[in-house]
Amino acid sequence: MTDTFINIILLSMLTVTALAIVRMDRLFAVVMLSGVFSLLSALLFVTLDAVDVAFTEAAVGAGISTVLLLGTIALTKPVEKRPRHTALIPFIVVCVTGAALVYGTLDMPAFGDPNAPAQLHVGSDYLARTPDDIDIPNVVTAILGSYRGYDTLGETAVVFTAGIGVLLLLSGLRRRREDEEEEDQA
Amino acid sequence: MIYQHLILRVVTKMLVGTIILFALYVQFHGDFSPGGGFQAGVIMSVAFIIYGIVFGLRTVKKVYPEWLVHKTMALGVLIFAGTGIASMIMGYDFLDYDALSPDDPVAGQHLGLLIIEFGVGVTVTGVMVAIYYAFAGRNPSISDKDW
Repeated sequence: MTDTFINIILLSMLTVTALAIVRMDRLFAVVMLSGVFSLLSALLFVTLDAVDVAFTEAAVGAGISTVLLLGTIALTKPVEKRPRHTALIPFIVVCVTGAALVYGTLDMPAFGDPNAPAQLHVGSDYLARTPDDIDIPNVVTAILGSYRGYDTLGETAVVFTAGIGVLLLLSGLRRRREDEEEEDQA
Repeated sequence: MIYQHLILRVVTKMLVGTIILFALYVQFHGDFSPGGGFQAGVIMSVAFIIYGIVFGLRTVKKVYPEWLVHKTMALGVLIFAGTGIASMIMGYDFLDYDALSPDDPVAGQHLGLLIIEFGVGVTVTGVMVAIYYAFAGRNPSISDKDW
């Protein structure tokens, strides 16, 4: 009962935030509201007992990406540009996509269903074996680090590659070298 | 360099240490509580980013220079992959942490998780700070009324 109540409140706040983001054209407010949106999703993850995911969402979504978006606004303009075409076609696309997604959820197992495919595959095996094999309370860390260490190595490499990509695109090594030379002369 | 915003500067100085301490807690307590290398890396980078926002990019680059950021990005992946290579050299599978302590596999797993989570944290810290530097470095400063 309390869970349902909290979920309803959080989801309606999420919807209000999303609508406010759509209505705003001051981009500073939009960025701040997207941070609020991330924080609310993090709270929803907490009610779903996915604390590790909530942690990541709060740190990355509400923290880092807000700062990066603010940095982007500083490089561009603080006010949204009015689109020249009508909003009708995007609206139809969004409605159709949303309807398809809702239709897709009809086939999904109910929340907490013990017969859900996610519970029947290797998941229960990991849960059963972690106390003997690794003996740490946080099974998420055990799965990510040990049973699925290969995948986590891949993810770390992806983060590394993404960082290199941003550096190549944005930092402009040659320009910086020229700036430093100017500083040295000055 | 911004010389106004006294309250922001004082509060930031108080917060930065706490944020780094919390990042280390999330990093090395990941076996027992929510969080791990990725979250810890993000929190650690937030400490540098907030310092950079309040005191200016030039100041934070004195603490954590750009060449060091680039090195830490690669170092984390090397720590992670190096653990895998080490276990292969010991005659075990790639990333089988039993190799780190053959007499007591559970202790080996604990040690292995600690090392690879540290690797993840180092890379994520480096990448997040590098991205922030790349964004913030393109524009010297924004005056308050522009917002």
